[in-house]
Amino acid sequence: MVQKLFLRDLLSNPEDTQLHMVSLTGEMGLGREIDSADINRPGLSLAGFFDHFAGNRIQVFGKGESAYIDSLSHNEAIESFKKFFSFKVFCTIFTHSKRPPDIFLELAEKNGTPVFVTDLTTASFIRLLHHVVSETHAPQKNIHGTLVDVFGLGVLIIGSSGVGKSEAALELIERGHRLIGDDIVNVKWVKESMLVGQGSKFIRHHMEIRGLGILNVTDVFGIGSVRNRKRIELVVKLELWDDDKEYERLGLSETHYNLLGMEVPYVLLPVRPGRNIPILIESAALNQRLKKMGVYSAQELDKRIQEWIKLERSDG
Amino acid sequence: MVEKKVVIPGDSGIHARPATMLVKMATKFNCNVFIEKDGTDANLKSILNILALGLTGGTEIKIKADGVGENEAVDEIVALIERDFAD
Repeated sequence: MVQKLFLRDLLSNPEDTQLHMVSLTGEMGLGREIDSADINRPGLSLAGFFDHFAGNRIQVFGKGESAYIDSLSHNEAIESFKKFFSFKVFCTIFTHSKRPPDIFLELAEKNGTPVFVTDLTTASFIRLLHHVVSETHAPQKNIHGTLVDVFGLGVLIIGSSGVGKSEAALELIERGHRLIGDDIVNVKWVKESMLVGQGSKFIRHHMEIRGLGILNVTDVFGIGSVRNRKRIELVVKLELWDDDKEYERLGLSETHYNLLGMEVPYVLLPVRPGRNIPILIESAALNQRLKKMGVYSAQELDKRIQEWIKLERSDG
Repeated sequence: MVEKKVVIPGDSGIHARPATMLVKMATKFNCNVFIEKDGTDANLKSILNILALGLTGGTEIKIKADGVGENEAVDEIVALIERDFAD
């Protein structure tokens, strides 16, 4: 499922990706769809050179372009803009809060091109835009599970309904860890090897606990017990204990779980009365952190035993 | 896998109470039951899953079921939506 991104969406981004854009041409053209984060700096075009002009991209007018426009006489400016708008232009954005001359707006409106202004610098605008576009277009999927930040590691807890995912998460929260999303987690493949999960925007940090009903975790446990998004670095699957199944005893080999085509370290935890699942998840998270730092408990132990055996043999 | 399209009647959409009714109905069946909006599936046996879709009145959704009793499940749930959600 690929999400679409329209110019309108850029005006109403959440806090952390706020592009500070204001439209100078009202509602016109806000329904245009952005299909790439490529931008064009139209300096050359303003000066009259239009070979390979990429009018279908977002045109960013930075300090340079605005200074060039200011240096033109009224007639030169009109001529330059007329030529510019003789092409189909996707949209134009002026950075550094620099408003374009009225004649520019007039011609833009005739051309049907939306004009925006932002108070950001050109560099940060382009960087943020790139971030927003690639995030929206990233492959994503909704997963039935619970995402908790355990000791700074994003742990996605999965398992069939009623196995106790939410209950385990609740105890983890109570022990000072943070909830990102319960029941439904939106997973996005953001960069090369990074999966980021967040909860649904409608339910945010609410949890359903059988017997209690719906809890608002932010209200009950405080703002310190939640966060909005987190990189997923470990998948823990809970399943009811099956006596006929062999469960991992050593942890010498690494298992992985395929999420959106990416292999994420994976632990299968059998659930049985008397097993304290939250503590097991905490330990799994800590162990995963050790592995990230290159320390493998099972392998270290195996190595020590092998060395000891060798020593014994040479002694004897 | 059986599926059926239905448009949510009424203005109030699926808020907590209708979602509870859906979950109660869905959990009666042993099969997996889903509700789909714009290509996103939600488990019909979970209240938060349903609420997370943000279903407003007039939205077209799909009810899907897979497993034992899938036909009855889809029919009864669609009937419930058409009958009881019209306000």
